[in-house]
Amino acid sequence: MTDVYIVGIGIHPFGRTEQRTGLEQGAFAVRAALADADLDWTQMQFAFGGSDAAGKADTLVAQLGLTTLPFINVLNGCATGGAALFGGYSAIKSGEFDLGVAMGFDKHPRGAFDPNPVDWGLPAWYGEAGLMITTQFFAMKLRRYMDTFGISALTLARVAEKAFQNGAHAPHAWRRSPVAVDSILNSQMVNDPLTKYMFCSPSEGGVALILASERKARELGRTQVRLRAVAVRSRPPGSFEVFAPAISIERGPAPTVIASRAAFEMAGLGPKDIDVAQLQDTDSGAEIMHMAENGFCADGEQEAWLAEGRTRLDGALPINTDGGCLACGEPIGASGLRQVYENVIQLRGAGGPRQVPRRVRSAYSHVYGAPGVSAAVVLVC
Amino acid sequence: MLAAVNERPVAANLFKTAPELRLIAARNRKTGQLVFPSPGESESFDAVELPARGVLWSYTVQRFAPKSPPYRSDTPFTPFAVGYVELPGALIVEARLVDVPFDQLRVGLPVELTTFILRSDETGEILMFAFRPQTAALS
Repeated sequence: MTDVYIVGIGIHPFGRTEQRTGLEQGAFAVRAALADADLDWTQMQFAFGGSDAAGKADTLVAQLGLTTLPFINVLNGCATGGAALFGGYSAIKSGEFDLGVAMGFDKHPRGAFDPNPVDWGLPAWYGEAGLMITTQFFAMKLRRYMDTFGISALTLARVAEKAFQNGAHAPHAWRRSPVAVDSILNSQMVNDPLTKYMFCSPSEGGVALILASERKARELGRTQVRLRAVAVRSRPPGSFEVFAPAISIERGPAPTVIASRAAFEMAGLGPKDIDVAQLQDTDSGAEIMHMAENGFCADGEQEAWLAEGRTRLDGALPINTDGGCLACGEPIGASGLRQVYENVIQLRGAGGPRQVPRRVRSAYSHVYGAPGVSAAVVLVC
Repeated sequence: MLAAVNERPVAANLFKTAPELRLIAARNRKTGQLVFPSPGESESFDAVELPARGVLWSYTVQRFAPKSPPYRSDTPFTPFAVGYVELPGALIVEARLVDVPFDQLRVGLPVELTTFILRSDETGEILMFAFRPQTAALS
């Protein structure tokens, strides 16, 4: 078993890029990552990649080069990027490969997702009655949480305010203008208690990471960023997930809790050891709940954390330093890898105006997706 | 509540309207676990009627028109309430919430099973289950 290093990163800006297909944005990200690592596609021994709605990742060999490498497609909803990274991490850790790519991209139509009940093993009436809407789930999980642990709408607005402030400084972000707390609170209500500015939107983009074994990283002189843990977990009994016509009265933990514990155990670190975190923020409330599910605070403490600015760039634990999904939008296949990209930037100290001011030695990222899958990643330098 | 002849449930084996309105779930014979909607009676499952009364576990208001498909309606969109209802000793079931002003929605609101007309076709009106506040539950 070898340690795994991230020796190159590349991103295609998130948002809307009318002139490029999703696949082209994926290829753009791979070329950028190769350039960052000073490597060539012909040196890649494998690739793991995926998109939810923008085509088959393995067809990228037509654009990148017919080198005969194994190119494995992954598809795990919003956790697709995490799953691609898990594949690449495991391939190198096994000792079978020295150098390869984990990548993801996507391009979604405007507006909320419109899933087909049959694809999810659900009856047609569930969709016909207007129950099959992802934003309702986020709102209802949040409403229950706010009621149980005393979280206010102002705290939700503070999460979004921070996201847009950070996004303004991230060249790859989509929404790059700050938005005032009052504007966030008073914007159009989408699914109570969440307003328009508290939700991310489906968007476009691509991310690629070049992974290397310890031997290869040393040979390349690029041992700065080490991948200490990648844990992917599906839902346990009793978790509350999107598209659930009924749930058990015996409640269980979220898949994020399970993935997070596994990642910390693998890394030999705890939440208190982490210097910066990127957490799935499909909406403001998701970031709030995921702060506790990932072990960074107790349920209910978020109210004080946000009031005191502890998750801002200069706080004790900066969260979503590039504005997260709220500012970048969510191209499903690329989103989890964007978080890792941002963490590498922070570990390298290359964040410019969004760089966390104190020394960053460890970074955590967490992606969550339907129908209940979470991936947690720990990087150290 | 008796269904008129020209009304029918949106799906078979989902709820019954006589002699009393009840949601139909299934109990796994091996694990004892309740499942809703029912996967249909078989060697593995027994049909179980769920309690008709419970309390609101969580809720939201659908403020934008859902995409069609899968959403189907023959009336212009107006915002509607959705919630999860905890049916004591059974399950927490997702449903539309009717006959309730949005500002009266709260976790813990006592609610009861009812139906509403989801849409109509040439053979009659199609019923969907929902929950509404129990009498005197609203302030």
